Formats: sequence, structure tokens, C-alpha cells
Amino acid sequence: MKVLLRNPRRELEIAGPISVVKLLDRLDLHRDAVLVIRGDTLVPGDALLDDADEIEIRPVISGGAA
Amino acid sequence: MKCTVCRGPAVIDLRRHNANFCPDHLMKFCRDQVVKAIHDHAMIEPGQRVLVAVSGGKDSLALWDILLELGYDTDGMTIGLGIGDYSDESTAISVEFAERRGLKLHRVDLRGDYDYDVPTAAKVTRRVPCSACGLSKRHLFDKVALEGGYDVVATGHNLDDEAAVLLGNVLHWQTEYMGRQAPVLPATDGFPRKVKPLVRLGERETAAYCVVRGIDYMVEECPMAEGNRHLRYKEALNGIEAASPGSKHDFYFGFLARAAEHFQPEVDEARATLVRCESCGAPTPDSPCAFCRLVERVAGHEPVPVELVRKPRSKARKR
Repeated sequence: MKVLLRNPRRELEIAGPISVVKLLDRLDLHRDAVLVIRGDTLVPGDALLDDADEIEIRPVISGGAA
Repeated sequence: MKCTVCRGPAVIDLRRHNANFCPDHLMKFCRDQVVKAIHDHAMIEPGQRVLVAVSGGKDSLALWDILLELGYDTDGMTIGLGIGDYSDESTAISVEFAERRGLKLHRVDLRGDYDYDVPTAAKVTRRVPCSACGLSKRHLFDKVALEGGYDVVATGHNLDDEAAVLLGNVLHWQTEYMGRQAPVLPATDGFPRKVKPLVRLGERETAAYCVVRGIDYMVEECPMAEGNRHLRYKEALNGIEAASPGSKHDFYFGFLARAAEHFQPEVDEARATLVRCESCGAPTPDSPCAFCRLVERVAGHEPVPVELVRKPRSKARKR
């Protein structure tokens, strides 16, 4: 499956099927720091992602100190 | 995974609440948390005019959307910070949000109105960009709120923001800042009332709200903020939260309930010594105020490109 990552923007190819939780573990990402979006729909941690899916892993941590 | 409320398909799991939500109940959850924050901290009275500080990011747009849904009388305000494409795109998103809904959006542009921008200010003052950025925002939101007769300024600070700021303040024992970490800062002579209605929501929740609500927001991180201490504190807290869900909430709300009042005298003492800025009239410890000094020092300098100020990207780490 195609996996889009941000900050910096880059694309990875990852073999499915794989659960959201396992995908985030493999990419060394905290679950609280990202949303996982399939197409234009949010998917929860137990969702199984397939080879044909297009996935965006969107970081949610933001902000300056102001 | 099923929605904890309706047993329909869930789109998100929130471990600190031990709950999963479908889109509709996620939106209800977010609105309910804002209602509770406004109620518990007496943030906004019915009929008051609210100025929403809008950056184009997920928090401020979710906040504006929720306040509108709840029926508050709101206008927005956005500041063009001059941080290259990032600022241009953020402003465009804010303008689009307001225009689509027929809302009033005040616009201030640092370069156009004050002849400087954040990267140039950082370069000239040799301080971190967030310093000039925060100073400019605080001053200008206060100014527009007071001049426009708004009762309240609402900002999109969320639980992650507040917990991270608190961690930084505790680590460095910034006790006066700790006294100011309330979800409501009351209006005082020369300062408008300021409220943080998102303090009960984490930033993953506000981002998810925007996605399910179809709100387009600025996803890219500010190139000036990259690697700053605030983000490091957030990453550290996320590590703790992963091992112990609910820790951020307990840290921040425990502080408010058990400790914040101990630091209030220091805030009152500092406030009592404020004088008026001889240039703009704003309350300040020393005249002229920090904003007027900044403008005096940096206005008119040749604009500095973002690339000359931003830090090199740090090594990959879990975040």
C-alpha cells in the first residue's frame, strides 16, 4: 500500500495486510501523535489495511511556544 | 471496533477516555468537552462578543466551528506572519473558512502593517522565531479585541499545548508563568478577557474533529517551530501518555485544582507594577512596551528568507 507521511512529506510502499497499530509500530510513531486516514476516512487502531489502500499518516503535534 | 455510544463503526479510539467514536459521536464528544470547559471555567457569558484567534490550523478552526455550532457571536482574526509559503497558505485557508460561512475575519499583516515579519525579526534580534511570533500575536489580538469592543478573545490552545507549557514552566520553575496558566485570564485595565475553550481536548481530537467535519486546515508544521522546546515537551508527554493514558489531563487539571492558586500572588504583584506604553498605550512592565521596541528595532530591515532562519531538520525520532 502507499503510505503518505508528512513533515517532511514523503511516500512509502508497505506490504499489507497490516493493522493500523502494527503499521504505526513499524514506523516508530506514537498513536497519540497521528491520525491514520484511508482515502478520506479516519480509521481506528484495529483497522486492517490492504495492499490496495492509500493511507495518509497525518501528524497532529503542532505549535510554537506562544 | 465499534462506537462506544451507538455501536456503529468507530473511526477513532481515544485511549485516555477508554472510548471509541463514530464520526457523529466524535463531533458530539468534542462539542460536549467545549461546553463543559466553558461552563466549568465561566469562560463566555450569553450575548458576549467573541474574537477567535485564527491561525488556519486545526485547533483554531475547530474552535471557531464549535463556537458557531454552539451559537456564540464570533468574529475571527488572523495575522500574516510573513513565514513564506507557510503563512500565505495558512492565511488563505483562514480566509476560505470565513468566506464560505459568511463570517467576519479581521486581517493584520506584519509586513504590510508594521514593516517586518517573523523571520526578519528573529534574524535581527537573534532570538528564536517563536519569541517574536508570540509577542506579535499577543499584542495584536489584544489591540484588535479592545478596539473592536469584543468581550472575549478565544484561542485554540488545547490540552497538549497547556500540558507542554506547564511541563516547561515546571522544569525551569517559571513561577510567574505558572500563575498565568489558567484557562481564563480575566480582563484587566488594558487587557481583554482571554479564554481557552479547547483545554479539555487533545490535539489528536481537534484534528480528528476537522477531518470528520470536512474542515480544511493547514497540516504542515510551521518551519520556524521545528525542533523547538515546546514540541520536545509534547513528544516527551506523548511518551508518558502512551504508557499511562490520561497522564496529560491529570497533570494539567491537577495543577489547576491543587497548585495554580499558589502562584497567583506573583502574577498580581507583577500586574500591579504595570505602566502604560508611551508609544501605544498598552500595559507593560517598562515603557515602551516589548512590541513597540520590537517594531522600532526590526521595521524596515530587508526581509530575511525563511531558509536563513529555520533550523536544520533534526534526526528522526519517535513522535
